[in-house]
Amino acid sequence: MKLIAAMSGGVDSAVAAARAVEAGHDVIGVHLALAANPQKYRSGARGCCTIEDSHDARRAADVIGIPFYIWDMAEEFHDGVVEDFLAEYSAGRTPNPCLRCNEKIKFAAVLDRARAMGFDGVVTGHYARTQISDTGKTLHRAIDHSKDQSYVLSVLTIEQIAGAIFPLGDTTKVDIRLEAEARGLAVAQKPDSHDICFVPSGDNAGWLRDRLGSEIGPIVDQDGNKIGEHKGAYTYTIGQRKGLGLTVPTSDGSPRFVLKIEPVTNTVVVGAREDLAISTMRGERPVWCGPAVTSQEKRGFVQVRAHGAALACTYFYDETLLVATLDEPLLGLATGQAMVIYDGDRVVGSATICETE
Amino acid sequence: MSDQLLQLGNPSSLHTHGRATRKTLEDAREVIAQKIDSLPSEVVFTASGTEANNIALKGLFWNGKRQGKNVVVISAIEHHAILDPAQWLQTHEGAEVITIGVTTAGVIDLAQLQEVVTNRSSEIAVISIMHSNNETGVLQPISEVVKIAGQIPVHTDAVQSFIKTPLSYKNLGVTALTISAHKIGGPLGIGALILRRAFEIPALLHGGGQEREIRSGTLNAPSIVAFATAAADEYNSVLVSQLRDSFIAGVKEIIPDAYLNGEQSIRLPGIVNITFPGTQSDTLLLLLDNANVSASTGSACSAGVHEASHVLLAMGHNEETAQSSLRFSFGATSTQADVDFVLSVLPDVITRGRAAHK
Repeated sequence: MKLIAAMSGGVDSAVAAARAVEAGHDVIGVHLALAANPQKYRSGARGCCTIEDSHDARRAADVIGIPFYIWDMAEEFHDGVVEDFLAEYSAGRTPNPCLRCNEKIKFAAVLDRARAMGFDGVVTGHYARTQISDTGKTLHRAIDHSKDQSYVLSVLTIEQIAGAIFPLGDTTKVDIRLEAEARGLAVAQKPDSHDICFVPSGDNAGWLRDRLGSEIGPIVDQDGNKIGEHKGAYTYTIGQRKGLGLTVPTSDGSPRFVLKIEPVTNTVVVGAREDLAISTMRGERPVWCGPAVTSQEKRGFVQVRAHGAALACTYFYDETLLVATLDEPLLGLATGQAMVIYDGDRVVGSATICETE
Repeated sequence: MSDQLLQLGNPSSLHTHGRATRKTLEDAREVIAQKIDSLPSEVVFTASGTEANNIALKGLFWNGKRQGKNVVVISAIEHHAILDPAQWLQTHEGAEVITIGVTTAGVIDLAQLQEVVTNRSSEIAVISIMHSNNETGVLQPISEVVKIAGQIPVHTDAVQSFIKTPLSYKNLGVTALTISAHKIGGPLGIGALILRRAFEIPALLHGGGQEREIRSGTLNAPSIVAFATAAADEYNSVLVSQLRDSFIAGVKEIIPDAYLNGEQSIRLPGIVNITFPGTQSDTLLLLLDNANVSASTGSACSAGVHEASHVLLAMGHNEETAQSSLRFSFGATSTQADVDFVLSVLPDVITRGRAAHK
């Protein structure tokens, strides 16, 4: 096949590209420039798309022996990922930008462009697997569960999965680094990237405050009594306990947790730990990674955070919302996060959490 | 060049080996001087055209500054090796940079230059206008510039013109002129500044005092010898022009809405700049590369992101059309078969390029 390998400058995408070449594909390396004003150097594990990263990607492509180009996706990234991130926060939800980037950039803008140019698909260094089954190509967890990235890929449609190649899903991260070393790739020991790539300082709250302003508002208990003030509702997350700055103690001295963020009234609602318990969640804008979920209840697992646990549940689709009822309640769940349904290791689909109870 | 690499001598040494190297090096200097029509002593070797441009622009500015002259005049279509030192002079040395625009045909606006010189004559330290543009191949009226400049020192970046088009340093009347080896088939990383005999200019590099104390540093004899060899090679500008014109005619036939930038102007034989509406040049470049054709886009930023060409923008393009343009270069070794091959792959490349840009 003729493939585009998305190369970030990290070890995973470099080995993924090398493996695709070795599998006999005709591969071209592409580095996505996502930041409009890239920084020169990476600082530790933070940030990406620096000039240093694009050099690392180019060097890896040269060592592998494939052509290499840089595609400017800064505008698409800003509109589709950064703006979405800000809009979600200002609506009181907690978005996952990596998921949005896969949905709108890597397997949409890039895959569309690649297909129009005559390529068959996009290779990435994500830790996930695909399988050909009776129902077509399906998406599965990586062998290395600690690195599994199927959660952030759960927004891919069947058509997008058809054009996605994940060569690393059958290997552990440790072995990928060893393989990179053996292949003579200088990025073999480069630190993993964490956090949100477009917030290089790692200070999400500060980054949001700079862009959304910091309007002081009330912190209230569940009865609506004002017990404190906050410095911008969106910098709080559901389940948060620290940093609330509350001076009025609860009657029994138990700690308070953020239960709800109400953007319209700029209010943060706090309450007791047990009030965080969630047993049912509903998600909008579902995407099916295989056969569609129907109104018929099924048993499976739901995951609500990138590296969170798979929680046993019963799920169905009511033709508007994807509904999952947990066997055991979960403490603290923010709307805006993705609920991803698994059937064993297979990703069934995902939706954006809009209601919890 | 490989013969010279086996020679041990430093041309500045007094012993036999040094003398031997100095002999071949000075032979090379004479060849280049003859080709550019200057005195041999007017050839100052540098490590690149960029370095020669920096010496000329900064040196002439500093000369002027001592006489209270603070203005640097350049054109909007200069190479970054002039644009960026000019910017640096503005930021770090308090220079005022005046940029002369170009017409839609890609030729500098002489009326604007005349006006600037008339109004600011006593303040201008240096005028630097390129001899021909690297992206469009359009030749610039340097003789006219020199006339307008009068007593003001003029530098011209002639990297693209050297050997490709008649060029006489003596007749042109400029103070300084830049050339580079790799544009004429010589090695990478060797250039020269042609600077008027006995003209004093501050150095950027200080050391052993080589090259009239303008450019200290051990001379790169192997590259200089190869530079002269390349300069002495025959360049058939008629043949290259024919290939270029045959290519242009072919493109117009295949892609009717494609258009040539600088079409109305006198251009270098080997450079063609074409806009393909509805495409994005970095996509075209990838597809052409995939088909074994090397073309190029205007320029890329330090992160490697393709940017709209400042040259095309100066000629009146908008961001979108500037981003839809490609430069094709033809050299002394190009053939009609090469042209035919590019024309054979172009339709598919443009079709895919348009689809990818939707």
